[in-house]
Amino acid sequence: MSRTLLIITWTCLVLSNAARAATPTPVHEYSLKNGLKIIVKEDHRAPVVVSQVWYKVGSSYEHSGITGISHALEHMMFKGTRKHPAGEFSRIISENGGRENAFTGQDYTAYFQQLENSRLKISFELEADRMRNLSLPAEEYAKEIQVVMEERRLRTEDNPEAMTNELFQAAAFVTSTYHHPVIGWMDDLRHIGIEDLRKWYQQWYAPNNATVVVVGDVDPEQVHRLAEKYFGPLKPSVLADLKPQAEIEQAGERRIVVKAPAELPYLMMGYKVPTLKTAEHDWEPYALEVLAAILDGGDSARFARDLVRGKQIAASASAGYDLYARQRDLLTIDGTPAEGREITSLESALRDQIRALREKPVEAAELDRIKAQVVANAVYERDSTFYQAMQIGIVETIGLDRKVLDQYVDRIRAVTAQQVQDVARRYLNDDKLTVAVLEPLPIEHPEMTPQPHAGPIR
Amino acid sequence: MKRFPAGLYATATAFLPLVLVLNLYCAAAGAAPAIQHWETAHGARVYFVPAPELPIVDVELVFDGGSARDGAKGGISQLTNTLLDDGAGDLDADELAERFEDIGAQFSTDAQRDMATVSLRSLSDEATLKTALDTLVVVLKSPTFPEDGLNRERNRMLTALRGEQQSPEAIAEKAFFKAVYGDHPYANEVLGTPESLATLTRADVVSFYRRYYVARNAVIAIVGDLDRARAESTADRLAAALDTGARAPTLPPVPRLESAKTVHIDHPSTQTHVLIGQPGMKRGDPDYFALYVGNHVLGGSGLVSRISDEIREKRGLAYSAYSYFFPMHVAGPFMMGLQTRTEKTSEAIALLQKTLRKYIDEGPTAEELKASKQNITGGFPLRLDSNAKIIGNLAVIGFYGLPLDYLDTFNRHVEAVSVKDIRDAFRRRIDPDDLVTVTVGSGTTN
Repeated sequence: MSRTLLIITWTCLVLSNAARAATPTPVHEYSLKNGLKIIVKEDHRAPVVVSQVWYKVGSSYEHSGITGISHALEHMMFKGTRKHPAGEFSRIISENGGRENAFTGQDYTAYFQQLENSRLKISFELEADRMRNLSLPAEEYAKEIQVVMEERRLRTEDNPEAMTNELFQAAAFVTSTYHHPVIGWMDDLRHIGIEDLRKWYQQWYAPNNATVVVVGDVDPEQVHRLAEKYFGPLKPSVLADLKPQAEIEQAGERRIVVKAPAELPYLMMGYKVPTLKTAEHDWEPYALEVLAAILDGGDSARFARDLVRGKQIAASASAGYDLYARQRDLLTIDGTPAEGREITSLESALRDQIRALREKPVEAAELDRIKAQVVANAVYERDSTFYQAMQIGIVETIGLDRKVLDQYVDRIRAVTAQQVQDVARRYLNDDKLTVAVLEPLPIEHPEMTPQPHAGPIR
Repeated sequence: MKRFPAGLYATATAFLPLVLVLNLYCAAAGAAPAIQHWETAHGARVYFVPAPELPIVDVELVFDGGSARDGAKGGISQLTNTLLDDGAGDLDADELAERFEDIGAQFSTDAQRDMATVSLRSLSDEATLKTALDTLVVVLKSPTFPEDGLNRERNRMLTALRGEQQSPEAIAEKAFFKAVYGDHPYANEVLGTPESLATLTRADVVSFYRRYYVARNAVIAIVGDLDRARAESTADRLAAALDTGARAPTLPPVPRLESAKTVHIDHPSTQTHVLIGQPGMKRGDPDYFALYVGNHVLGGSGLVSRISDEIREKRGLAYSAYSYFFPMHVAGPFMMGLQTRTEKTSEAIALLQKTLRKYIDEGPTAEELKASKQNITGGFPLRLDSNAKIIGNLAVIGFYGLPLDYLDTFNRHVEAVSVKDIRDAFRRRIDPDDLVTVTVGSGTTN
């Protein structure tokens, strides 16, 4: 009781101090005639800028046969335009002291550069160029799809837990496009052609399907002018309709077993849940967010306290929820049993944790602790321009109003113990549950196919 | 949530970057912050950068107590480090975690080969910071190292070791360090071995803590919303929580390899992981800038590097292909790496070796060198654009005893490197005939 009071007092004190010490800078938004949105946030602590271009396309836009195409296209975006041949993009950025990369997710594909702030125009010139003028040469694609396949081998094929996660997602999602992996199924990667990529590029890469996010030591008006100069001349596209491909209602628990060479058993569980974008009642996603933190919000949270330390039944256990997923999603739980403990015992213990959330409201102290961490994290996040840009990019790209970012702390603080119990009761039901268990196969010396040359390197 | 790195995946491919980039702690110059430095009464070395723009304070204590200090007790540095917050003073692990998390403070520990670190991030308002630091002081001063916590963490390390056996990358790295370092302390794995872990006792942990978590063996880095006076009193408090102790002795030098070594480990993976290298350089090495800039061209600059260009861009042989120096207290490794479908392994290795030999013979072109310098110097401000990055730099500068003007002079040193310097340094320091080659994959690679 008194601890709750202390935490509430602390929160108020911190919020007001934080507000005084460093008022969050406003965010400026501009729209070009061609539909491109530019969002600029100032951070003058260092003479640098991060510039990100977010496209509204990701693996959740794909269908069977071309899974992985968004990610493959991301790779090909570095393989030349009419003006800048393959590799030149990276060379120019590098010579300008820049760092760059790109990433693909289920709901977005994003490209970024981090540069000294005076060089932003280089980023804009190059990004505007490849937004519309990508060459997509077949001979480059032939090599780059091999790179993508190596990436798949590295991340998934040779990683039993990643493999389990991939198959878990496919079992949990039957009709939803969250069914298939971002990297794509290997057979699809083998059969996607350069013309498929050209179509995908023409379909989704357009100024009216993109957002430019700039955070750093910049003048928003100047950024606006630069954007107008470089992106302004680009023509918009008529965007294709995106079929909803909604996930059918789950009507019973699903279990899969994955057998793969491994040392450690591994367990994944997932319940069907709404996200901020899909929720009928928008307090529910925030309650789910808090629920996930009750379980796995730090060393004081329930998994660490009860399963890793207390019962010593888990070597590790975590809970995950993506508030900003574009489609209905999962609240996931995963874990590895402690040394000498069985995976069945871990599953039992995890189910007990879920049951506890359904049966009993969480303690006030736990709730307040989550909120205290959220308040503090909102300040810590301001130390990273990259992270701030990411948050804006994700929210814009999935089609949420950016103000949800400003509202986040308050919405979390408003979550009650009753609400956490309500969402647990509503959504954490066995009939909506998918479970995947990794059963390790012994790792042994595989069959060696005879080779014409000398034997293996020893 | 304490997690060990080996193979414990939550959500895997939700988010795919184009390039896997190794983030190294290398300072860079430009608009460098002024570093304030002093020693506390009992010899803890303090490095401080005020950063009033955000109401955050970061504190990092870096001890010379990594796995290089394990001796025969493999895993003791990791175990001690991880047990620090398993109970301290009157507080058990749950209470300690609650103390920090009630105020949104982030406490963490980490052990590597050289460094053992204790970190704290807190909001800077008086009340919060006081509670955060009070709790940190208790952890530093009176860790209880409870027996059940010890057994639990030992078990988690055993689980992590087993997890490594399902990761061709982890298997390759272990084999690489073993082959390069032999009996040198850098061969010690942070997790130890199942055999060594079984022998560790609470007395070992207490002994390790008493020896290495002491003021004279500590660097205290502070960045954030506090002034010099506050930083001084904070550093004093933290240092006073520790025994005075003594600095850890210098590590033995790393012997050069006498001949080439090849290690193959069978593993049922679709790819073969390749690591090639030998002892490289140390922090503060006289050849540091020639080797660092030289390597940047060779394999340290991502997609535009020679190795990535030959292996990935031109031939699609790997997603990640690189070379790096890992400068440490004494010679850390020079390492080239890639992963490729097994049938392409011989081709990829031959290409890596050829690329290295050509580079040693010829060095970079003038254009390559210019482009690399521009990347390094032009990108310098990116290394210091957050409190988190600044404190990382302070930890390295302090721990390795680099000059206070390291950040200010870095660009100048980079600019001064010539093609001749690089050729000369690579020829003297990298012997392509005495490399360790490790492959992990399914058998025949030809």
